[in-house]
Amino acid sequence: MAGLHKSEFENPVIRWVDSRLPIFTMLQKEYGVFPTPRNFNYFWNFGALAMINLVIMIATGIFLAMNYTAHKDMAFDSVERIMRDVNWGWLLRYVHANGASMFFIVVYIHMFRGLYYGSYKTPRELLWILGVIIMLLMMATAFMGYVLPWGQMSYWGATVITNLFSAFPLVGEHIVTWLWGGFSVDNPTLNRFFSLHFLLPFVLVGVVFLHIAALHITGSNNPLGIDVKGPQDTLPFHPYYTIKDSVGICVYFIVFALFVFFAPNYLGHADNYIPANPLVTPAHIVPEWYFLPFYAILRSVPDKLGGVLLMFASIGVLAVLPWLDTSPVRSARFRPVYRILIWVLVLCCVVLGVCGGKPAEGIWVVLSRIATAYYFLHFLVILPVLGKFERTLPLPESISRAVLPTGGGPLPGGAAAKPMEKA
Amino acid sequence: MKLLRNIAAAALLALGTPAAALAAGEEIKFPPQIWSFSGPFGTFDRASAQRGFQVYSEVCSACHAVKQAYYRDLKGIGLSEKEVEAIAAAVMVPAIGDDGAATERKGMPSDRFRSPYANEKAARAAFNGAYPPDLSVMIKARSGGADQLYSLLIGYSDPPAGVTVGDGMYYNKYYAGHQIAMAPPLADGRVTYADGTRASVEQMSRDVTTFLAYIAEPEMETRKRLGVKVVLFLLFLTGLTYATKRKVWADVH
Repeated sequence: MAGLHKSEFENPVIRWVDSRLPIFTMLQKEYGVFPTPRNFNYFWNFGALAMINLVIMIATGIFLAMNYTAHKDMAFDSVERIMRDVNWGWLLRYVHANGASMFFIVVYIHMFRGLYYGSYKTPRELLWILGVIIMLLMMATAFMGYVLPWGQMSYWGATVITNLFSAFPLVGEHIVTWLWGGFSVDNPTLNRFFSLHFLLPFVLVGVVFLHIAALHITGSNNPLGIDVKGPQDTLPFHPYYTIKDSVGICVYFIVFALFVFFAPNYLGHADNYIPANPLVTPAHIVPEWYFLPFYAILRSVPDKLGGVLLMFASIGVLAVLPWLDTSPVRSARFRPVYRILIWVLVLCCVVLGVCGGKPAEGIWVVLSRIATAYYFLHFLVILPVLGKFERTLPLPESISRAVLPTGGGPLPGGAAAKPMEKA
Repeated sequence: MKLLRNIAAAALLALGTPAAALAAGEEIKFPPQIWSFSGPFGTFDRASAQRGFQVYSEVCSACHAVKQAYYRDLKGIGLSEKEVEAIAAAVMVPAIGDDGAATERKGMPSDRFRSPYANEKAARAAFNGAYPPDLSVMIKARSGGADQLYSLLIGYSDPPAGVTVGDGMYYNKYYAGHQIAMAPPLADGRVTYADGTRASVEQMSRDVTTFLAYIAEPEMETRKRLGVKVVLFLLFLTGLTYATKRKVWADVH
């Protein structure tokens, strides 16, 4: 099948390139005319927002790396130098630091969208799993990035988290020594974390590419959670969703700017403006806010290994979610019980987040145990059982029937109306 | 029932606490102050910051460094180029002479503030093992910010009945554990202000806190000014984008 691509572009230069490497045809197909369900709500902005956030992080990160010194005696001061001497260095650093928080806000909402509208269900299981991998990579990258300023929380956070691996029998201690590059968190640790913090975002770009490629095979889910039945159910991506995403991007930039310019340290921890000191342990070592729910799960188990396993399981359970949820109906809109339970799960995660930020004592331990138990109960027991017993509401015939006042005209032949996809 | 009540109480507490403010143990409340530099349009009170620089120079700088700051930063609190040059020139900074031997030369605006001690060990040796911390980012390094520093400076008193203070320690109601190694640094009239302001402990504490807030965030005024422009622009852009979206979608709804 070798030979020049038959390009439809008029412009001779574009045509010349496109015949030899049809990237313009591809862009036109995937982002121009790409058929997209016509009924997206603003929750469908968050994939695009995450993409933009990743680009912002890489762009600011590259310029920060030009001015940062990865050495335990110089890292803290080099960050302050960025804040004071590098032209617009404070802007670069505050955008990057708050960008990490914005990234997690955006991705958590993106995941909630997936959970609420059942976007993980067949045929989008692999798309969802790639998303879970993206979240894991994000967490690793964010954790290592937080170590780089070499403040007190950087140092002690790194100590606590890397020490988790020592819980594994036999190999644990060796893994920790290997991670540290020595026998405590020290200069070699900082150097390898800097190297990996630079590398992982590009791995992230690769997995994001796969995530989007998989999305463009299955097509997007939509608020009704029913399949696209024909052209009357879709709109071309451009201009309809390019402009709708643009509205979301503007609002997202406003929230981002309010943090960067008016509360740049609100989401951070004051202790990280104290240079790392291996001899002084902070009164309370807490991770960044986006790790707090996982930190609460970790600490809810009295046994170290148990806590570590449960923490990893809390993400692992998401990866197998497409097979745990037995309901054939995707959207929570037609699942009256799930529609309530999903909010209980959100509340459960918020409670875990609050507990993770509190000292592990008294009521906070009790609360985090209850919330941890419920988190796993939701995925491992409630979802498999609920799918079998829940009386779901009748699904609309098609997207266009449901959202257009005219009903969108007759369905094309063959796509017989299936008002109850679930028997 | 007790458990339920506890859960309810915890939930109520949790709602009112931002995730970042995760203090614990005995919580010390710092009385909130009104600062010229707080709020989205806040700026540093130049006169106060200049008086604060005087307090830092005459009192704090005997023990505490602000090693991240440069003499040229003083222009940001309203001192002229000439004044900054004179302040820097009055300080001798370590240098290496042409013969390769350690020497000293007159400071320049581009020099960092000279630290009172050559290194941490020298400072600890002079202070019975305690280390007077660098104050460059102190305002950002305490969860209570400017209020906390101000409270600490005015918080010295005799220990209340029944509280004994360790040898070489001082009672301070705003310091964690209430025992601090720093002797009360300020007393009424400790400095003489050129502008005639009465140098009470409260006044000096307020002034030096303003100065250190500036030293911690010399970019703050630029940041907030730019922020106002950026947010106004984005609001306008959001309006335009939303109007465009309405127009594009008009034919499919």
